[in-house]
Amino acid sequence: MSRLTPTSERAIVRRSLIAIALGFLALFLLLPLVAVFSEALKQGIGAYLEAVSTSDAWSAIRLTLLIAAISVPLNVVFGLAASWAITKFSFPGKSLLITLIDLPFSVSPVVSGLIFVLLFGAQGLLGPWLQAHDLKIIFAVPGIVLATVFITFPFVARELIPLMTEQGKDDEEAAISLGANGWQTFWHVTLPNIRWGLLYGVLLCNARAMGEFGAVSVVSGHIRGLTNTMPLHVEILYNEYDFVGAFAVASLLALLALVTLVLKTLLEWRFDLHQGSQSLRGAGH
Amino acid sequence: MKRRLFLATSLSASIVMVASLSACSGAKSGADGKSVELTNVSYDPTRELYQTINPGFAAAWKQKTGQTVTFRMSHGGSGKQSRAIIDGLDADVATLALAYDIDAIASKGKLLPADWQKALPDNSAPYTSTIVFLVRKGNPKGIHDWGDLVKPGVSVITPNPKTSGGARWNFLAAWAYGRKAGGTDAAAQAFVSKVYGNVPVLDSGARGSTTTFVERGIGDVLLAWENEAFLAEKELGKDKVEMVVPSISIRAEPPVAVITENAKRHGTTEVADAYLHYLYTPEAQTAIAQNFYRPTDPKVAEQFKSKFPAIEMATIDKDFGGWASAQKTYFGDGGVFDKIYTKK
Amino acid sequence: MTTTIALKRGWRRPAVLPGFPAAFGLTIGWLTLIVLIPVSTIFLKSAGMGWHEFLAVGFSPRALAAYRLSFGTAAAAGLVNAFFGLIVAWVLVRYPFPGKQVVSALVDLPFALPTAVAGIALTALYAPNGWIGQFLAPLGIKVAFTPIGIVIALVFIGLPFVVRSVEPVLADLGNDVEEAAATLGANRPQIMARVILPAIGPALLTGFAMAFARGVGEYGSVIFIAGNMPGRTEIAPLLIVTQLEQYEVAAATAIATIMMLASFAILLLINLIQAWTRVRGAE
Repeated sequence: MSRLTPTSERAIVRRSLIAIALGFLALFLLLPLVAVFSEALKQGIGAYLEAVSTSDAWSAIRLTLLIAAISVPLNVVFGLAASWAITKFSFPGKSLLITLIDLPFSVSPVVSGLIFVLLFGAQGLLGPWLQAHDLKIIFAVPGIVLATVFITFPFVARELIPLMTEQGKDDEEAAISLGANGWQTFWHVTLPNIRWGLLYGVLLCNARAMGEFGAVSVVSGHIRGLTNTMPLHVEILYNEYDFVGAFAVASLLALLALVTLVLKTLLEWRFDLHQGSQSLRGAGH
Repeated sequence: MKRRLFLATSLSASIVMVASLSACSGAKSGADGKSVELTNVSYDPTRELYQTINPGFAAAWKQKTGQTVTFRMSHGGSGKQSRAIIDGLDADVATLALAYDIDAIASKGKLLPADWQKALPDNSAPYTSTIVFLVRKGNPKGIHDWGDLVKPGVSVITPNPKTSGGARWNFLAAWAYGRKAGGTDAAAQAFVSKVYGNVPVLDSGARGSTTTFVERGIGDVLLAWENEAFLAEKELGKDKVEMVVPSISIRAEPPVAVITENAKRHGTTEVADAYLHYLYTPEAQTAIAQNFYRPTDPKVAEQFKSKFPAIEMATIDKDFGGWASAQKTYFGDGGVFDKIYTKK
Repeated sequence: MTTTIALKRGWRRPAVLPGFPAAFGLTIGWLTLIVLIPVSTIFLKSAGMGWHEFLAVGFSPRALAAYRLSFGTAAAAGLVNAFFGLIVAWVLVRYPFPGKQVVSALVDLPFALPTAVAGIALTALYAPNGWIGQFLAPLGIKVAFTPIGIVIALVFIGLPFVVRSVEPVLADLGNDVEEAAATLGANRPQIMARVILPAIGPALLTGFAMAFARGVGEYGSVIFIAGNMPGRTEIAPLLIVTQLEQYEVAAATAIATIMMLASFAILLLINLIQAWTRVRGAE
């Protein structure tokens, strides 16, 4: 007890805390990741390459990229508009608006899928009208995009709002008083200030868009080569005893996750974003 | 420079967006006479079957009409697939595990006539199958018939009959045995309750159960489609699992139907109809038998007779009064299955 | 000029910056289209059901068992994460050790890894013949296909929420407060209990609530490992899917509505915690 100093722990406590933390992370995070790659490569690199180069796998990859390419830009535009309105102006009901933007975070993915089926399905509210005009939403690409946009809705906005609140609006006001117009101010002043935070939001938004399973599973229809995304393809292969195939496609998604993490770490490292955007939602302190 | 980068990204992103959206709207056609697209929405285990049959039909149809058929396949649990068709999945034909699921498309989706089962021979079932047991190598627990399933310490794997078509057949096959052994429906219910008392995992689909049994090593016996059991034996080798044929089972009739409203809208009625009729040809029937389903064509059946064990089989219409009544009595909310589960 | 426009619109504080109508309009419009209209469909649909039917299908014994399981496992996973997440955050902020950057990056893995991938990986590990499961099985511990398996999947999904909530607060805390307490004669456990824990309490609670909210609704990673036995290992989101497959749209909608209300409640709670923290911080 005598060596116990008030502002730090003894070395033994320190070491065991580090050991507990690392052990826990290894068991719960690292091991599943290792399992994905080891199961994928179980029957050698040849079987692995064969599994990821089937035409069904390719069209799943293409579709997943397409979905991300549509939904991420949409949410970037929205995120910029929302955080501009929320952080640069004061208006009544602001916290309600922020709560509503947050809503998709806490809604179960299955429920997110279901609401689109209830709205656009053949038995849904708009179903008969859509069918009469031969428009397809559910069980086609637009439905998957909608569900993905819903799920990833808050990502960019939640990343930018804390950052832009912290930065205030002095820079922009100065630019305006010097005669710049709104767009000029936005392009030359605001965007450079928030670019790394924006990139960070895009990164997380993209990872989620490519990996979403529950919501997309409800609205996809699972037509091979047409509405099958990569996460859905993993499930299908898994259910077909094709474990190498399932884990091979899963390993591609895991690689995507690793690339995301590396990029994110680089962003934090170089530009010290640590304060503004610790996480999906910088904890409100 | 950074600004230009951002401008470029957002610009290219919006181009991708517009391009893909227009691609989506332009995708659906097939009325140009040269090519036609056929969407077959099926249940879980038929993937290998239709992979063999589809090219044969495509070749025959091309020869007959000059049209190229492209197939779009969707596989999943029977109930899930039927729900998707009702909600607007654009199926031209449905090939599901049991008639009840196509009945639902007729009654809830109004997408095909209520008497759809009369459209094709043999109650619109181009093949039949039955329920058998799959046990571990050497049959260590000595499981030979239904009676062995209720022994203490025997763990039985079967999917959830609420969601899986195959599982409903499993349930009714067990019921048929219980009724035969005990003589009454009450005895059958007592027997089936005991069987489900030995079930440790209830997967939502037939494929999930097979995975649980084979890959996860859980359970001593799997109640499975005969074709799945054959397939598992073939894929995994007899040194891992063995098939056991019980004294009585049920004659499962997985039906097929043209979703007439969808086909009319796509202009695919003719080809969809021809496709389903093709399933009854000797060529397709042979493929069916080779994929371990029991063919309905007498000649082909005779040819493959040695492959399929002879089993006494109950039928849904004769022994259970048809699907509508069986569904309500056994699997509906508050039905027998719910009672078995709430009692525990 | 922009100032006068803003004044004319009658907002409380005159804004110097332009673009409010466009940005605000876009925000509200997009929010309405993507979130509000779809979400309100579900309430509309259940409103058409009638109170009695809603209660009957939304709170059937099977649904109640599913809620108990979903909320129970999410709470258990949240507690595990609150404990270990706090240790991880503490270690990451306070102690230097080699490879810290990598470890810190790894914490975010569950945000980036698709849930279905996590599901099959965890099942491969914890099934009775899996890497970890084979050592647990002889001890009689079953993980996969039991509620424990669900908790493990939810621990995976929820960990970063706790770590990333607590970490910045711990970093901000600095040594000076502790030193001040030490000069006033407090010992280490006292400082822990009286200074550090109260300071990070709200952040810990926020992290717990977010992990809990995510866990209650989680689907992709859980269905592979849960076993899906009605009344025992059937989570509420799975029950929604199951009901749909049985053509029980009303039941699916009722359960979804109840889950949606729970999401609202949790969000409200998180906002209250944060508002309370802000007020306390301002004092």
